[in-house]
Amino acid sequence: MLRLFKKVLTTGVVTESFKPPKDDELEQLGIEIKRHLDKNFSGSIAIREVDAGSCNGCELEIHALNNPFYDIERFGIHFVASPRHADVLLVTGPVSRHMQTALLRTYEATPNPKWVVAVGDCAVCGGEFGISYASCGAVSNVIPVDVVIPGCPPTPLALMKGLLGLMKG
Amino acid sequence: MSSSNWTVDFLNQLISAAVTVEQISLPSTTLWQTESNHWQQFAELALQQNMRWVAGWAEHVQDRFFINACFEKQGVYVLLRAIVNAAKPELPSQAIVYPAANRSERHTQDMFGINFIGHPDNRRWTRHKAWPKHSHPLRKDFSVQGTPDEITQPDMDYPFVKAHGTGAYEIPVGPVHAGIIEPGHFRFQAVGELILNLEERLGYVHKGIEKIAEGRSPESLARLAGRVSGDTTVGHAWAACKAMEQAAGIDIPPRAALIRGVLAERERVANHMGDMGAICNDVAFVFAQMQFTRLRELWLRTNATVFGHRLLMDRIIPGGVNCDLSEESCAKIKQDIIQLRKELSEIMSAVDLNSSLEDRLFTAGYLAPELAAAFGTLGYVGRASGQSFDVRKNAPYAPYDQVAFKVPVETQGDIASRFWVRNKEINAALKLIEKFIALLSPGDIISPWKTPVAGSESLGIVEGWRGEIVSYIRFDADNKIARFYPRDPSILNWPVLEKLVLDNIVPDFPVCNKSLNGSYSGSDL
Repeated sequence: MLRLFKKVLTTGVVTESFKPPKDDELEQLGIEIKRHLDKNFSGSIAIREVDAGSCNGCELEIHALNNPFYDIERFGIHFVASPRHADVLLVTGPVSRHMQTALLRTYEATPNPKWVVAVGDCAVCGGEFGISYASCGAVSNVIPVDVVIPGCPPTPLALMKGLLGLMKG
Repeated sequence: MSSSNWTVDFLNQLISAAVTVEQISLPSTTLWQTESNHWQQFAELALQQNMRWVAGWAEHVQDRFFINACFEKQGVYVLLRAIVNAAKPELPSQAIVYPAANRSERHTQDMFGINFIGHPDNRRWTRHKAWPKHSHPLRKDFSVQGTPDEITQPDMDYPFVKAHGTGAYEIPVGPVHAGIIEPGHFRFQAVGELILNLEERLGYVHKGIEKIAEGRSPESLARLAGRVSGDTTVGHAWAACKAMEQAAGIDIPPRAALIRGVLAERERVANHMGDMGAICNDVAFVFAQMQFTRLRELWLRTNATVFGHRLLMDRIIPGGVNCDLSEESCAKIKQDIIQLRKELSEIMSAVDLNSSLEDRLFTAGYLAPELAAAFGTLGYVGRASGQSFDVRKNAPYAPYDQVAFKVPVETQGDIASRFWVRNKEINAALKLIEKFIALLSPGDIISPWKTPVAGSESLGIVEGWRGEIVSYIRFDADNKIARFYPRDPSILNWPVLEKLVLDNIVPDFPVCNKSLNGSYSGSDL
């Protein structure tokens, strides 16, 4: 146990300060949405992550948001276990046809007001997989999307900027 | 018996059993062509020889189907092929002999409409409701767009195994899970907290990878292969490129092979650190989770600095790699390794002495070595249950043929063992990275591409971080891909999860699952 405490103490706090996105970046994310969120959520949002068919690369980087460097909870953003607890759906992947109904039901299960963030190139435009017999392509082909965060996969920093852009100026 | 001798003995055995086999030499392996009615008998004889069932897939060529199965013994791979007429596509199942072939044959059944006679469980697998029963996406007359409904209905009537009796109840989980993980469905039958039976239902992230690979250029296929399973981007891109290079008759420069080795070992270390943290987190030991995610983040940042991508996507390209290693980068990598070793030893000594962790991980999720062998279990899951097979060691390829290294094997078979095998693999990988860097000498990092002859085919086999990856490629004319089949190790490892959770409690399922960490995407394709 002493070794554990020693490691905790010598590691210290590694959490990094983070620069909020500049205005031109915010425009990209949609100033309109930001205004709505400020009004409705007093600076805190609950996110339900939905993998609708990704290769799991995006999930790895979304996971990284909870590591001690980014520690996204300090900004009032936390991940929840059910869409019924969520304000925001963070959707990755091209939407596979086998996940289409599951995504629609998850969307319906999320209480209003709600927002959808499409994460990663596949979710934004279909990416490497596009539209086929097995894939519906972009998330916006299945449910309404409010914000997109491109990248293959987007880095944790890109994810942070996208999410912070939802919340405040 | 030396490794080359067994094939001679086996061929004699086949002849005496009246199983006819025609040998055809391929760039990477030997193709054994047999009659479709001998398909199952071959498997029976192969099992007697202790051959391992590796992979199975099919291909639609004009009015025939090529049905392939790959076997391995002592590092020698044999590709078995039977050709059946498309008018009546059927042949006897190998799944009765090899349980590892079970889901693979069900996938082939759904995708091609090939009937495996006597299959012990011929329910649909990859097919949910995105295409109708008598329609088969990998047949040539099925267009890549298909004719999907506006909204694909959920697969409500899949015939799950049922349990009856007082106190027995069912828990359906997924496809959307509580954590940040991939979608899949798990159906538990339980009594109290005890798991009586678990049935996996995957296929939710089927993205038609095999179909959309057709007609691609080599570069484009390498990109797609790098997205079969995002966490194994290096492994799959390497296996696919290796297959394409062999088909085209290209040797990659020694420097490119060493850099590929560095990339693959870095991928192994990153994923093992993530998994070790997550296993601890699933039993509420957050200290280790925080430490391992911190170390993983530092590791990924070095990836970004040195190679230009945190997860190392698209660094491996046909003919070599597209990222060189400068003196400065090598120094950075070596410095990182020294620091990581020091930190890991501090963390592991704290973890080792923790009684609550011991209480949760020891004996939980036990996979018996016999069961692991029967299912052909790969990677750290197999190695924690006595299965030592490692492509790097047993069928060495550049750069692993130039260095000595250890493959850790345990027989304890529980979650603790899968945790500690990962730790040992990290240490072995760190040494390998140091050795590869020491071997680097100036030179090219890419060989010029040569358009392969139409019809040339090859198997690219590498050891990914989860275990053996097999990638089959056949070229069409004009440098285009005719067939791509990637066999992720998850395809063989998923079925043992159903076995190792039995008699565990339902709340231990997440940690059992995490200790395997199968890829859903790599399995569903």
